[in-house]
Amino acid sequence: MNMKAEAGRSGKSVRSDCRVAITLRESGGIDLQLTSKVESLYGNSIRTLAAEVLAKFEIEHAEVIIEDSGALPYTITARIEAAVKRLRPEESRDFLLPYREGLRQSTARDRFRRSRLYLPGNDPKLAINAGIHRPDGVILDLEDSVAPPEKDAARILVRNTLREVDFYGAERMVRINQLPLGLADLDAIIPQEPNLLLIPKVETAAQVVEVVDRIESLRASFGIEAPIHLMPIIESAKGAIHAYEIASAHSSVVALAIGLEDYTADIGAERTLEGKESLWMRGAVLNAAHAAGVQAIDTVYSDVNDMEGLLASVREAKSLGFNGKGCIHPRQIPVVHEGFAPEAKEIEKAKKIVLAFDEAQRQGLGVVSLGSKMIDPPVVKRALHTIDLALRSGILNEGWKEETNEG
Amino acid sequence: MKDKLVRNAAGREVVTEINGNPAVPYLGVGKFKPEGRKAAPPIPTCADYPADGNKVLSDLKTALEKAGLRDGMTISTHHHFRNGDLVANRIFDAAAELGVKDLRWFPSASFPCHEPMIRHLDSGVIHHIEGSMNGPLGDYASSGKMRGLGVLRSHGGRYQAVQDGEVHIDIAVIAAPTSDPFGNCNGVNGPSACGGLGFALADSQYADKVIVVTDNLVPFPCVPWQIMGNNVDSVVVTEKIGDPEKIVSGTTNITKSPDRLLIAELTARFVEAAGILQDGFSFQAGAGGTALSFALFLRDMMRAKNIKARFVRGGSTQYLVDMLNEGLTDYILDGQTFDLAGVRSMRDNPHHIHTNPFVSYNYHNKGNIASMVDVVVLGATEVDVHFNANVVTHSDGRLLHGIGGWQNCLFSKCTILPIPTFRDRIPVIVDEVTTLCGPGELIDVIVTERGIAINPLRQDLIDRTKNSGLPIRSIEALKDEIESICGGAPDKPRFRDNAIAAIKWVDGTVIDIVRQLE
Repeated sequence: MNMKAEAGRSGKSVRSDCRVAITLRESGGIDLQLTSKVESLYGNSIRTLAAEVLAKFEIEHAEVIIEDSGALPYTITARIEAAVKRLRPEESRDFLLPYREGLRQSTARDRFRRSRLYLPGNDPKLAINAGIHRPDGVILDLEDSVAPPEKDAARILVRNTLREVDFYGAERMVRINQLPLGLADLDAIIPQEPNLLLIPKVETAAQVVEVVDRIESLRASFGIEAPIHLMPIIESAKGAIHAYEIASAHSSVVALAIGLEDYTADIGAERTLEGKESLWMRGAVLNAAHAAGVQAIDTVYSDVNDMEGLLASVREAKSLGFNGKGCIHPRQIPVVHEGFAPEAKEIEKAKKIVLAFDEAQRQGLGVVSLGSKMIDPPVVKRALHTIDLALRSGILNEGWKEETNEG
Repeated sequence: MKDKLVRNAAGREVVTEINGNPAVPYLGVGKFKPEGRKAAPPIPTCADYPADGNKVLSDLKTALEKAGLRDGMTISTHHHFRNGDLVANRIFDAAAELGVKDLRWFPSASFPCHEPMIRHLDSGVIHHIEGSMNGPLGDYASSGKMRGLGVLRSHGGRYQAVQDGEVHIDIAVIAAPTSDPFGNCNGVNGPSACGGLGFALADSQYADKVIVVTDNLVPFPCVPWQIMGNNVDSVVVTEKIGDPEKIVSGTTNITKSPDRLLIAELTARFVEAAGILQDGFSFQAGAGGTALSFALFLRDMMRAKNIKARFVRGGSTQYLVDMLNEGLTDYILDGQTFDLAGVRSMRDNPHHIHTNPFVSYNYHNKGNIASMVDVVVLGATEVDVHFNANVVTHSDGRLLHGIGGWQNCLFSKCTILPIPTFRDRIPVIVDEVTTLCGPGELIDVIVTERGIAINPLRQDLIDRTKNSGLPIRSIEALKDEIESICGGAPDKPRFRDNAIAAIKWVDGTVIDIVRQLE
């Protein structure tokens, strides 16, 4: 057994996190040494909470140093738990604060996924306010943004984040690690009922099935009823070839995403701004996704200062048939939504179709017609989708039907 | 010694005596009616001054001696050099050499560069400070080490206190980037250029003796003469009076924080939704990150809707100057310049007007600019559920900031505080502010990243923004959500009974006190 372990970060540039160092001793009880920038306001509360976590893990004699930079309670407990589990790798108990009310909400298979904001899983600072920027989804990332020695601590923090942080209606997504490490992530994450998991570097349908099997067994043992959707990420030549099989591997797959950094490296090409090298791959994944009846999600735009370039890139993605784009900075979110918003003439056409549909419903007619033209159900569905998108993009008012009728 | 305290009209316990002089407790907005006549300096005569206009003396020590410096006097300085001031410390070094004690330092604001004053406070050269105290001086005062009671006033309140005779300045030392031998001086020219010198106006008009200190002497006339030489006793020429890089920044950067940008954007959208954004309107926004970004969002809306402001109130920056040059506003009415572009524009553009606390803020006046501004955007360290706000202390009770023009600006037609709901786990929206600086009845709107709260007194704003699609919520709902996120309401800071500073309202009454930290 280790006698000394630590977790978390402290220092001048660190915010909303804390560093916890525990040294086990033979006797003498708990010696808690707290330094905190919120000492006079929350010092007592931090000490009480720390004592509770240590008691849960039956740590009776230890020096415990907490250097706090304004961490919220769920981060403090995550860091203490991570340090304890580094002391005792066999520890299987968890310290869980009560699941905050209203956070567990299931999401529909075909909901909007225009914008998904990536959040590094081991940095609490960015997650706390992510929801106020109103992305369609947030991605708590356990993969590339987390250094290998921090995977354990990130898993605990992401687990707590799902239980404690309100993302104000954004779909709660987690990007697990590449298999097989990603399977172990599932044990910590699935009981917290995320809405969707991103699986990186998927190359075969069998990998999706492997994840599904593990999820199903966890769902059964935790009695989870809400759906947990999957979004495999295609980021290799082989994955692109198998895109359709991957998208149709299981009914819980709702979208295919693409990752171009790894793909371009895989095919030995340079990643360029105009992206000719990935044209075929994006087309292949896009087509496979739509063939399988799932959404196609484009890669991220990595220059966070170039909003005009981002908007052009989103418009291009939309014109190709993509349904969403990854975001790596909150200010990209409104630009992505603007880019995916329907155009004025699209909205006008959709309005007419939806009003005709309402009229048909009111009269109990099975067939929708506009003038002398019959409207097919898929067209109605698309019009409803366009109106929904326009409402969400803030370019159409909820009361548009009254306004149209008055006008 | 225990201070005698009474409860004022805002329900705060305050002192009735400040450093031996009686003080009036705050009575409510506009309730205190001053009586009597303004203060006045002694009548001088030209017979005592050189007819050739040359008032130059050899050094600061000589000038102080000639001005009659002695124990217990009040010495004033201005803060236009901000953290680049090299003059204030030298005054008290000279006083120490002359063996003078128990001085009152009356700056228009202090900065971290004034940390050396602690030595003079410890040795007894300075008795106490009346002016903003932050950084090391704030900590010094907060820990109860200062002998007298600190007094914090707004820019307008400082002018009022001097004008009304509440503070008598014995010697005013005015650091001037450019001066002539007669004492005509300005802040727009010279190697230490800072823009205006408005904060020193009252000092030049009401002090018994006025010393101008410059590192850039020009032959008469020095124009523009922001300070008139006719009020000046002597001129001292020294090497470097300020550190240019700390006086003004070469560039002013807008915030990159996505959360602050969101708050700034919501603020601009609120102003638009409330119908304030109309041709000929006016606004004031400081140079802080959020306020500056607000101005930029507003600028974009003005461009899109082809709307022009009649005037914009500075602190000016490159961004305001660009708006002036683009024709988006007719005038900048500027109290202080924050960057080089602002200094140049004040010097060269007749539509960039130099203002001072007399025209902008003084409450004992026949009106002032502040109440004519359509919308003002200000910061705060705390706001409570009654919309009362604090700008001077941190939530842990330490002195943090001066009041600046903040209290004076609350008289704008619409006062908006764009603030985050919490900073590093510290809730900004609370049950009761630690220190009351601005009464809630003057604070109209709080814009946060988690929603906008409108003061129930402003039914007109509530009505106008009802269907705006903006996230409008009650301030209580915001407070509850924040406490839940931060892990419950914070403990209250622990204070001793004794006061270490008094907070003045714009009319000279005492709105609150700051107590010594446990």
